[in-house]
Amino acid sequence: MSLNLQPNLSSPDDAYAMLLEAHEGLTKDQSDALNARLILVLMNHIGDMEVLREALEAARG
Amino acid sequence: MADAKIFDQQLYPYQRHPDQDASAPVRHPVIVVGAGPVGLATAIDLGLHGVPVVLLDDNDRVSTGSRAICFAKRPLEIFDRLGCGQQMVDKGVVWNVGKVFMGERQVYDFNLLPEGGHRRPAFINLQQYYVEQMLLDRLRDLQGQGAPIQLRGKSRVSAIGQHEDHATVEIDTPEGPYELEADWLIACDGAGSPTRKMLGLDFVGRVFEDNFLIADVTMQADFPTERWFWFDPPFNPGQSALLHKQPDGVWRIDLQLGWDIDKEVEKRPENVIPRIKAMLGEDVEFALEWVSVYTFQCRRMERFRHGRVIFAGDSAHQVSPFGARGANSGIQDADNLCWKLKLVLDGSAPETLLDSYDAERLYGAEENILNSTRSTDFITPKSEISRIFRDAALHLSERHAFARPFVNSGRLSVPCTYDGSALNTADAMPEAPARTRPGSPCPDAELPDGFLLDRLGGRFTVLAIGTDAKPVEAGDIPIDLIALAPSETLAERYGTGIYLIRPDQHIAARWPAFDARAIREAIARATGNTP
Repeated sequence: MSLNLQPNLSSPDDAYAMLLEAHEGLTKDQSDALNARLILVLMNHIGDMEVLREALEAARG
Repeated sequence: MADAKIFDQQLYPYQRHPDQDASAPVRHPVIVVGAGPVGLATAIDLGLHGVPVVLLDDNDRVSTGSRAICFAKRPLEIFDRLGCGQQMVDKGVVWNVGKVFMGERQVYDFNLLPEGGHRRPAFINLQQYYVEQMLLDRLRDLQGQGAPIQLRGKSRVSAIGQHEDHATVEIDTPEGPYELEADWLIACDGAGSPTRKMLGLDFVGRVFEDNFLIADVTMQADFPTERWFWFDPPFNPGQSALLHKQPDGVWRIDLQLGWDIDKEVEKRPENVIPRIKAMLGEDVEFALEWVSVYTFQCRRMERFRHGRVIFAGDSAHQVSPFGARGANSGIQDADNLCWKLKLVLDGSAPETLLDSYDAERLYGAEENILNSTRSTDFITPKSEISRIFRDAALHLSERHAFARPFVNSGRLSVPCTYDGSALNTADAMPEAPARTRPGSPCPDAELPDGFLLDRLGGRFTVLAIGTDAKPVEAGDIPIDLIALAPSETLAERYGTGIYLIRPDQHIAARWPAFDARAIREAIARATGNTP
């Protein structure tokens, strides 16, 4: 498996809004903590070191 | 009881030795510097091999305070081979359960759930002074049986000279200095190794900017026999803490203090006692046995062998205390070194065999440093984002199993497999269990009349499991033959076939069927006799 960098969400606007809603009303610290938890949850779900490596590479830009 | 403390007694007082009155420096095959756990184990192992050894120590007693307290299964198996494992396990505290707390809440617990069919538990807690005392008792036993071991107390090495085929050692004693020569000098003189400094050798790595208060506390408390680790507890906000049980009602407490502190001030009882009260509760009665403040490093020497001087234990490599990898890995250094030195001294192996000590134990040290550095980065995050991820992992671990493997309060010491060692013969049983591939330490197994590891070690052994084998000769290197029926455990851990086991209970080679020539070739390779 390799990292999918093509559009993959059926409803990108809804997904984006969902992410922002989760952060609504949070302080910067709370938001940072939420993001960190989310990354760990998603990392585990992906469960593939190679994909994670490619994702980190893509994120580094 | 305070007057009866073992570490207050002169267990090996200075005694004048005829070497001090010799007209020229006396030459010994092996001199070991430092009578800590590693130096004592080295002297005993060499003594068991019949190699004359002089063990020098600048002190005349065992170490003060608990220091290394957690002894893992593999070192206990080595102590069994040296003949003093049982006393340690009898005295030690066996534990399996660990609990992790964040703030006031327990986030999860773990059970080491040791696998069945091993003589030794995963860990025991035992103060370093008891380990040293038991090694010392064993050394005295062996001396009584005629083993060529000398222990010289209050004998501080003040200068070392390196030569092509020997080292010279200048020794300070209460009655003045004298000089000795050694074919081989083994430096087991600890993290601050005077030997390393005298030779001007580097010791590079990472210093962690943090301080920890360790206290041995005597109390009659009903805390369970478990390892408790706190991240950010209310009694030590923003820092970590550890509580662990030792024998004699002594509890080990580690409190992270942060970087910007005054060590001398923190060590004063009037400052230590309130911290411990905050942790244990106001009404718990306790007494302080020992207090120390330490900062730690993760570093190693570039090479452990420098001509005729060989470094073992903390003198060669240092790790953070998280994971109990200091003393435990030092004992494995001794285990790896002594049989090789014996073969070299006997002329049965070339000096280059000792380069495999360097290669194999460097590999072990790297693994330990990697693990202990990662634990340290988790316990004491060095950046804001590192702390955010650490807290996220802890937070998630309370409700979700997936996050628990991220939580790192110390990855506890397991022996390393010497994959890629030049002493290994290519695996001829690739389908057999990976845990017994060449380079692995032999996993123990229960036999009808005892345990497997009690039958191995000290010499090369051909272990035949469920297949025929005949005695093999390989020059002057003695080889034992053990044939076993394949019990369920043996089949699961080894499969069936022929194993060649090194004197340190690591596997050198394995084959599906007996072949005397292949065994002789593998022994040649495992002893550095293959060109």
